[in-house]
Amino acid sequence: MIAFFYEGAAIPPRADLKEGIAAVSEMEIERGSTSTVEAPAKEKETRDQDELDIPWQVVVHNDPVNLMTYVTMVFQRVFGYPREKAERHMLEVHHKGRSILWCGVRERAEFYVQQLHGYLLLATLEKVV
Amino acid sequence: MEICRKGDALQVSDLDPFLAELLRQIPSSTNPEGEAEAEARLFSRPSAEKEICEEWESYVEPELRRLFRSATETVAEDLAQLNGKEKSLRNRTLSIPFEHADAWLNALNRARLVIASKYKFSDAELNDHDRSPIGSRRDLGLFQISFYGFLQEFILREMKCG
Repeated sequence: MIAFFYEGAAIPPRADLKEGIAAVSEMEIERGSTSTVEAPAKEKETRDQDELDIPWQVVVHNDPVNLMTYVTMVFQRVFGYPREKAERHMLEVHHKGRSILWCGVRERAEFYVQQLHGYLLLATLEKVV
Repeated sequence: MEICRKGDALQVSDLDPFLAELLRQIPSSTNPEGEAEAEARLFSRPSAEKEICEEWESYVEPELRRLFRSATETVAEDLAQLNGKEKSLRNRTLSIPFEHADAWLNALNRARLVIASKYKFSDAELNDHDRSPIGSRRDLGLFQISFYGFLQEFILREMKCG
């Protein structure tokens, strides 16, 4: 089991996971005392769930070097958008400096940003406020 | 110089020694070493959050470096066709297998980004299509960006056509 977990360490450690592990450790330490263990663990669980529910957005920022046709092609490939939609986003990036390409769970947003960086686009993931 | 699609390859023909040299410089131009701004541009921050950036550096950046290195190697292998004496380049044809198109797009884009960072070209300079002749290394850099952009446009057009 330890070796398997170590192999899995190739997946980026997540803040929510770290907190979850910390919560479990707290429970381990408190084991034996009867009344003080349950309540803090529940609070932690609720907060973690809230954090997981926060949507993230993938934002692409303007760059004067990348060609417009290239950016359109990348949007079509990465997000599977039809040409017209990809062009709309490309023009929004060009004229307004940024465009929100996608919104959803963090893991997926990270995946998209990684793909976009592979194509040398200036992309970030942001929490939706 | 002429560029066209022939079957499963893109062919760049009638190369003069100057353009052949610019093509040969693509792999070395992609290298951001010693240029902090260029390095920061190729490996841009994914978020304003420190924790995400730290994870990114550890887990995603190595993958990106591997991807970029592989693309550069593919382009360098194709460019080996241009090795030899300058005189023998006359009427030389560079044949780029179409399956290497993605690697070429990637390398050309990185070369353009690195050169633009190195010389800190402004938006106006990058969009000035009536430039004066090449008189300095900086002018040459701007010409390289333009030439590499032309090649990218051609590859993209052929990709669209299938």
